[in-house]
Parts: sequence; structure tokens; C-alpha cells
Amino acid sequence: MIRRLLVANRGEIARRVLATCRQMGIETVAVYSDADARSPHVADADCAVHLPGDAATATYLRGDLLIAAAHRTGADAIHPGYGFLAENADFANAVADAGLVWVGPPAKAIALMGLKIEAKALLAEAGVPMLPTFTDPELVDGFPVLVKASTGGGGRGMRVARDRDALADAIASARREAASAFGDGTVFCERYVEGARHIEVQVIADAHGTIRTLGERECSIQRRHQKLIEETPSPAVTPALREELCAAAMTAARTVGYVGAGTVEFLLAPSGRFYFLEMNTRLQVEHPVTECVAGVDLVQLQLQVADGGTLPPLAEPPARGHAIEVRLCAEDPAYAWRPSTGTLHRFRVRDVATEFRPPPRPGLRLDSGVDDGSEIGVHYDSLLAKLIAWAPTRAGAARLLASALVRSDIHGVLTNRDLLVRVLRHEAFLAGTIDTGFLDHHPEVFTPLLSSVDGVRLACLAVALAGAAERRATASVLPAAPSGWRNVPSGWQTSVYDAPAGRVEVGYRFDRDGRLASWWTRGVDAEQPQPEVAVVHSDPSGVVFDVEGIRLAFGVHRVGGVSFVDSAEGSIAVTELPRFPEPTAELAEGSLVAPLPGAVGRVLVSPGQHVGAGELLMTLEAMKLEHPVHAPAAGVVASIPVRAGAQVDTGTVLAVLTPE
Amino acid sequence: MAILGTAVNPRGQAYQENRSAMLDRLAELDAALDDARAGGGEKYVARHHARGKLLPRERIELLVDRDTPFLELSPVAAWGTDFPVGASVVTGIGVVEDVECVIVANDPTVRGGAVNPYTLAKTRRAGEISLANRLPMINLVESGGADLPSQADIFIPGGRVFRDLTRLSAARIPTVTVVFGNATAGGAYVPGMSDYTIMVRDRAKVFLAGPPLVKMATGEATDDESLGGAVMHASRSGLADYLAEDERDGLRLVRQVVRRLNRRKLGPAPRGGPAAAPRHDVGDLLAVPSADLRLPYDPREVLGRVLDGSEFDEFKPAYGAALCTGWGELHGYPIGVLANVRGVLFSEEAQKAAQFIQLANAVDTPLLFLQNTTGYMVGTEYEQRGIIKHGALMINAVANSTVPHLTVTIGASFGAGNYGMCGRAYEPRFLFTWPNAKSAVMGPAQLAGVLSIVARQAAEAKGQVYDEDADRAMRAMVEQQIESESAALYLSGRLYDDGVIDPRDTRTVLGICLSAIHSGPVQGADGFGVFRL
Repeated sequence: MIRRLLVANRGEIARRVLATCRQMGIETVAVYSDADARSPHVADADCAVHLPGDAATATYLRGDLLIAAAHRTGADAIHPGYGFLAENADFANAVADAGLVWVGPPAKAIALMGLKIEAKALLAEAGVPMLPTFTDPELVDGFPVLVKASTGGGGRGMRVARDRDALADAIASARREAASAFGDGTVFCERYVEGARHIEVQVIADAHGTIRTLGERECSIQRRHQKLIEETPSPAVTPALREELCAAAMTAARTVGYVGAGTVEFLLAPSGRFYFLEMNTRLQVEHPVTECVAGVDLVQLQLQVADGGTLPPLAEPPARGHAIEVRLCAEDPAYAWRPSTGTLHRFRVRDVATEFRPPPRPGLRLDSGVDDGSEIGVHYDSLLAKLIAWAPTRAGAARLLASALVRSDIHGVLTNRDLLVRVLRHEAFLAGTIDTGFLDHHPEVFTPLLSSVDGVRLACLAVALAGAAERRATASVLPAAPSGWRNVPSGWQTSVYDAPAGRVEVGYRFDRDGRLASWWTRGVDAEQPQPEVAVVHSDPSGVVFDVEGIRLAFGVHRVGGVSFVDSAEGSIAVTELPRFPEPTAELAEGSLVAPLPGAVGRVLVSPGQHVGAGELLMTLEAMKLEHPVHAPAAGVVASIPVRAGAQVDTGTVLAVLTPE
Repeated sequence: MAILGTAVNPRGQAYQENRSAMLDRLAELDAALDDARAGGGEKYVARHHARGKLLPRERIELLVDRDTPFLELSPVAAWGTDFPVGASVVTGIGVVEDVECVIVANDPTVRGGAVNPYTLAKTRRAGEISLANRLPMINLVESGGADLPSQADIFIPGGRVFRDLTRLSAARIPTVTVVFGNATAGGAYVPGMSDYTIMVRDRAKVFLAGPPLVKMATGEATDDESLGGAVMHASRSGLADYLAEDERDGLRLVRQVVRRLNRRKLGPAPRGGPAAAPRHDVGDLLAVPSADLRLPYDPREVLGRVLDGSEFDEFKPAYGAALCTGWGELHGYPIGVLANVRGVLFSEEAQKAAQFIQLANAVDTPLLFLQNTTGYMVGTEYEQRGIIKHGALMINAVANSTVPHLTVTIGASFGAGNYGMCGRAYEPRFLFTWPNAKSAVMGPAQLAGVLSIVARQAAEAKGQVYDEDADRAMRAMVEQQIESESAALYLSGRLYDDGVIDPRDTRTVLGICLSAIHSGPVQGADGFGVFRL
């Protein structure tokens, strides 16, 4: 019987596992890297062990340190979560060899499924439907194909090649990413099906031969092969299809002698045929939707199975409504999903019914790895939290989830929140007509929520007025005088902001009674007439406007020069530009600066070299993704102040080009 | 602690009449302020902007802390004269880096910012305020120097501006100057006499004599930049302490300088916590003053809309009831109030005032005078009972009181009542006027009547027949003249106050003044002149 469990992971999944342990009375041990010293998962555990360093390879991927930590703390079991060592057969073996309970499938099953090429061959033999697969790129007999890493998952190391010319590049790039992420650069090619949906089946098996399926999940809303929105049941799966999918999943699990929780992933072609993609031998990120609808605790089942227990008699899940999960990530969808780092000053999701477990009745579930003040760094993946809505209907779940996202305060880092809301409210999504190319087919979902002319105007005005209220509230002289009072009014109080759509200048003036006498904005569409606005209330934390008879509230949260504005239309962050910029040396003309912190990857050019517009100059590696740095225009490389491997911060000059 | 009630009836006929009369006066004030704001007019403003330069009020808006109040002083200086309204300079009290400062900004769009006699008077008044209240002085200079046609009226007295600057410095009141353009000849001594001098690159021109005059005097051929450019002064002559890249940078440097002045207020701080707003509608102040100056009105209706929480503890309410005295607070500062209830001051009122002023001095409490007086009572009975003696008591007390005085003319200010109630000659720290107010030696009708009586007596003495038609014409003309010469705008144009204010702004204006006053010490008098008892 597991008495004390070490969670060899971080973030929301560590907290998720710890939550079930607490419910079962299992004592808990967390581990943490330098960067995670103040992370919430550390506080959630009964005790925690420090893994010195930041890089995953020095910390959460160090099996020896994890096993030593378990011994030191008297833990008798290890749960790997997902990612990191969750699908590492050597680690699973090492855990067992150390006399600890491994909360996961047998190392053999992991190893087999980890070798995707071999696994596919084996399962094809067992009758699981497969797409044509090529290990030798020369043998590829048709395009497009998907280049995939043989090990690992999470969409890393995946590239689509649409013709033979692109294939070599795709393979090289996928190899590098796979090698960097999983330590194994082996890749293979698979026929790429356009318009396909991603459907997967949750399985759970005990060591006594019982295998159960817990219905399907659809994860077709993806970006760069990484799942963004997951749901169950899938609107594309009929009862008959479900039966077929579950049967195939069961076959796959049985064929490899699977024990524990796992997921069999399929591709559902527009033709209605489905093909095996891979089996994930771990708890999935998206497991909460299944928990809501099936009414189970998958972690609890994992622990029971690991303890040698038998599975409770689970029937196929009865219809318990619909659940949708979104992955809220610190990244900028509008900028090629560039990871966003920094301090998460405020993270507040309203009206959450439960955390880390299904709500007792339909509602919102939050699985979050962060807290107010969390530092979002470059070392690990960008997932901040998962928000799950469970409702009687799919449309109801989508509506609940979208509105909860809009009403959340997420201050400090850019996130994909607006995109998630736009997808959840999209006609095509609501109609269930989705496939893995959804984001490519519907670029309108990339538009920020708060982007209307008046929305941006009012948001900036709200920041200005909240700032005025704050300055008046903290004034050390003349605090009792009306804000900005003049006996001979002639100008306006002005503030200039760097807003998502560019520079916005705001002017305002109050009358002697504190009413907004006059205001304007510059930098937002000037053609559109400005609405009549009265200020119902203003204080440092927000402003309520009366906009031509309609009351609208804007929350404002200022941290240094950055203000985060939340409204019913959406949220933006604006940075106030200094009123008196110090005259300082500007960057040399033609300087290309790092758009995010990371490490310089490959440097492809050298000083004196002619480069064409758009030519790849170097790559920047951050958060395990490769970010290309292209020449903005044709020119000559004047200097390259950085070397490959150098750590750079946002704004570091990477290259200087002399334009031609 | 007593809370002032109100008897104002917004639905009454008097309310509407009074309000309408006040709105007419405010419209005249607004027109005058429009003239002041217009500076040199559209053409010159456009040309100035086209050169990348800011107007004086734009410079001030950038200089002062955001959302803080700015009290412009003497905004309608030169109103009713041959010189442009505003007198080509903007002065006022503003907050820079949490420090209240006196700011003086030339308006180069008005005849090149040339200094005329009213510019001089307005600038000197700003200097007085800086000295009396220990407020740092910030000069935003861009002026072509003396207005040559009126040089006779400014050359000799104008030297005081430079003397005052260095005396401020000697009194340890910091002076900071930014030169945005011309500051030549005499004007060069403004940066010359300041503690800190900032010059704007490629803009500042600071020299005793420009290239043509140098050529005439010594034969040397030279140019503006070598003679007095910002770079030259910052690197060679040392006259500039800081070189600003542009106007905005110049203002940034002022703020940088002020931030390091280590300024602390010498007077007591206001009571902690937010000051309670008056309980009654401040908007009523438009209708409280009688449209007809001959009708006195209750100043408690004003106090109830000016003092914190409308709280006022009246002193000696049953004695000398034509003058109301008492204690209250304004923006948290304690204050003693003397306000005329009925215009005439009798012996009792004068004695009550003298006593109250001494009490305020004994406890270091500033005084507020609300003037609405037609003077001390005349007539045999009152002369025989010693009205001069008693008036002298009051004037003695006012003249020798050393607690700061604030005066607001909220109606009539006639005769020696103007003196006893701390008129301009008695150097209140600040004096403001409501648009309905009038000040003169006596009322226009009385003055015309007196002239008529004297003329009639002269005619009778000579045995001549008095020309009644001529008398009527004379009286009308005199009345008209006195009427206009006693009007608020006319007197403000001549710098006999610090500005005409909207009655609804009274509390804010006084609050700013009180805060400014407390930058210096607040100390009552140790002694007065000999009281003739």
C-alpha cells in the first residue's frame, strides 16, 4: 500500500496528483528546480526536495536525483505526471529496481510504445488500422507527409512536408527539435491526411488483466500539432464509431500488455475511417474532461492499479453531459506563438467550482500550476493552467468556458486566452465542424478580443483615469484639491501608452466638480466619432463609464509602467511611455534584437556576408522551440555580436545589418 | 462644533436673478480669460508651434505633476489697458515633484514676450508670493526684453526683478530658470541671477548684446551661437548648468533639479485624513451674492460652501453682529474668519475684529477676510462715540497681525472698510475677487452725489444758479466712470488682486493658497501698535 508518494513533476500536473493523494491520505513529496522554488506545487506537498539548477536536464529529467529524493524522504512510490520522465522506460525500471512503486505502465510497454515505428508494426499486425509509414525518406511515395519524432510527443519534432523539396528541411528541423527535446533525433514519415480530426480513447488497465475504456476525447483544435482545446464526447463520434474506436484501443492496450492509464490516439479522416497514431503511456494533459463526464478520478485509479488493486467495475461512461478543456498558455498566438515570459502578477479565474477534481455538478474546474506572482520562465513549457467547463450540452460548456476566460484576470504575460475564446465562440466550432487545421482555416480567431476602436479608446482612457485617481489618492500636497483643477483651463492631462495596436495618446480634463469635462485619444482610428462618456466612478483599481447610457466597467491593475485592463469585451495590457524620456543613445540602425529570452542556436551568417530579405540569419532556442531570426531586408551583415549557445535576453542585439 | 445651515432657496426668484447676474459677470470673465489664453493670436501661436515650440501654458502643463491643481495668478493683468490681456506672461502656483513652486512663463507669442509695465507688475507680484510663502521660483524664459515704447515705465523699476531673484536665493528660496529662446540684455540676468540655469540646445540665446550691437560697439563680427548659445554657455561661460536637448528635456531637467532641493514645509501640516467637503451645494455660490450690491447677504451661506464639512464655530455671535467672526478648517488647515454680515462696520464690530485678530495671532492661526463692506459708519452719533478710534483699532490689528491673511472680495469693498478688512494695501498673502465685486473709495452713486452737493454749494456761495441739467449729466458720467473703475476686471487688470475667480472655485483657490502659505512658517505677532482704547 502506497504510504508516501513523490511526484516527479512540476506545475499543474504535480498539483493535480498531489490533490488526489491528499484525498486518499497518501503523504506527499514534491521536487523543485531553482526556478520553481516558489511554485505552488511545492507548497501543496507535505515536504519538498530541491533539485539544483533550472534546466530540465539538470532537474526533472534526472532520474537518479529523483530516486535519491524518494529515498531521503521515505517515499515508497513515484508518480511521473506527464512529460519529463513519464514515458522513459529506463526510469520506470530504475524506480522499480530501487524498490519503489512506479505509478505507470510496465517499462516494457513504455519502451515498446516509445518506439513508434516498431509499435505501429506490431499493432498493425494485431489489426489496428494504420496509415502508411516510411522510415526511409527515399521511399516516401506521395505527399503531403508528416515528419514525426520516433520518441516523445506533445507535437514536438513534427513537420509537414508538402513536396519532396521541403522534405529534407522538414526532416532536419524535426531531428534537431526532437534531439533537443527528447535526446533522440530519430524521425519517420507518415502519410498526412488533410482535414483529419484527432480522436483518442482513454484506457485504464489493472495488473490482473482487466482493461477498460473511458470513451473518447477529441483534440482537433491544435496549434503546431500541440493540443489547445480538448473535449468529450466528440461531436464526430457516433455510438457505432465509438464502439469501433474503443475496441481498437482495447486491442492496442492488450497487445502490449498494458497496465495503468493510457491513451490511444487516432486520426479520424474525413472519409470516416480512423487510423492509429500512437499510444501515450501516461496520464494525458486533457484527462480532466474524461473525469468530468465519466465521473472518475483517473489519478486515483492509477494509484489503485499501481498498488496492485483491481479496477472497480466500470461500465462505459453513462451520458454525463459534455466537458471542454482549454490549455491556457503563456504565448503570443499573433506572433508565431512566441512564448511569453515574466511575472504573472495576477491570475484570477472567477466562479471556479473545483480545482483538480470534477465539480460535483456541472460547472468550472481549474487545474492551475501558477499563482499571483509566479515567474514564467523559459525553462519549461508554457502551460499556465487548464480550465475545464462541464455542462449538460456542448454548446453550454463552450459558452461557460468562453465567458469564464473573458472574466479572468491574467496579468503579466501574454496568453492565448483571446484565441481560445474566439474559437469557443466560433460558429464552425459550435457546429462541431472542426479538424486539426482549424486555426489555419479560421485566421479570424487570432484577432484580440478587445480590438474595437471604442474598446481600445475606453481601455486607454480607463488606464489614464485610474492613474489619475491613484496619483490624487497618494498626493502628498494638495490632496483635497480637485483632480487637475485649473482656474484658467487651457490644456489636457495627457498620457501616452504603448498598446497592442500601437501608440495611443489620451487626453482628459475634469471640471471643478470632478466630472469628465473633455477627453480624446490619438493613435486609435480617428475617423470614428468618439462616444459621449461620463465617469460613474473611478479609483486606482478601475473605472466605470456611462457610454451613451450604457454602463461599462474597466478593471485596471497597474504594475510599474504596465497596466492590465479587463472589461467585458476583453483585456489588454498597455505600457505607459515615460513623460520625459531620457535622451539616450539609440540602437544602431539595422540592429536585430532578440524578441524573447533564450539561447542562440545556429548562426548561419557571418560579418561581411550579403543576405537577402527574409533570409534565415540564426535561430534562437527558447522553451524548447526554435525561433528563426530572418533578415528584415536585403543587406550586408555588419556584425554578429552573439555566438552560438549564448544566453540572450529580450532586446539583446543579435545582428546588425547594413541595408542595401 | 457647529454645522452651518442654509436658507438658500433655489426655487426663489432672488436665486434666479442673482444667479443670472453672476453668470453674466462670469461670461465677461471668460471672455477676458479667452483673450489671455489666445496669447498673441492664432497667427503667432501657429508660427510658434511650427517652430516646434510650446506655448507658456503648454510648458507649465508639462512641468507640473500630473493631475495636480495649478492656480494661475493675475490672469487678466492689463485688462482694460492698451496692453494685451495677460500681460505677455503666465504666472501661478503649481506642484513640481511634490513641491509647490511659483512658476513664471513668458508668452513669446505676445510681441515676442516683451515686458511692458503690466508684465513687470505681474512678474514682481509672483516674486512677492514666492518670497512671502517661501515657494521655489521657476522661470520659463523666452522674452525679447523690454517693450521699447514703454521703456520709460519699466527700465528703472524693472531692475527689481533681478534684485528680487537674488534676494530669494539669499533667503534660501531656490530659483530655477530654463531659457527656451531669447533672454538678452537685461533679460540675461534672469538666468544670471538664478540658482540653477538650464538652456535649450539651438534655442537659447543669452547675451548682453547681439551681433549687430557688438558690431556697432567693438567692430567684432560674430554670431548668436558664439555669443550666447546653449552649448557655449554650458561648456564655455558656465552660465548654463544643464544643457537641454529640447523643450521637454528642459522641463525634465527642472523637475530633476526640484527633486533634489530637499524642500520641506516649515508650517504645520494640515489635519490628517481627507478633508470633509462642504455639506451644501457649492453651485449655490452663483446665487448667494445679491445681484444688487446694496443688499447685504449672509456670508455664512458662503462659509457653509467653503469650509470643511460646513463646520464653523462662531465667536461672539451676539456682539457686533454686522461682522461675523469664528473658526473653521479649510482643506484641513485651521482658519479664523472675519466676514461682513451687513456692510456697515460700527464701533462694536471694529472692537470685535481687533480682539479676534489678536486671538488668531495668539494661536498662530491664519485669517480669512470675506469683504462685503460699505465702510465704517458715519454720522454725528458715531463720530462722537469714537468710530475713528475703533476703526483704527481694527486697522492696527490687521496691519500688525503676522499670521497669514487671505482676502476674498465677495461684494462691496468701499471706504476704509477695504483697509480694515485687509485690502490689498494691507498685504494679505493672497487676495481674490468675485466677479460681482466692486471696490472704490465709496459707491458710484454716493461719489457722484457728493460731487453734486459740493458743486451746488460752490455755486450757491458764488450766488450762481445751479445748472440742474449739467448736474444730471455730470452725475451720470461720474457714476459711469466710477462704476467701471470699481469693477472686478478693471481692478484685477491693474493687479489690485491676484485674480478674479469663479465663486464656485473659492474653496479650491483658498486651499491652494493655504497649502502654499504653510510652505513658510505660520507665526502670530508678538506685539501690535499702541491700541487707542
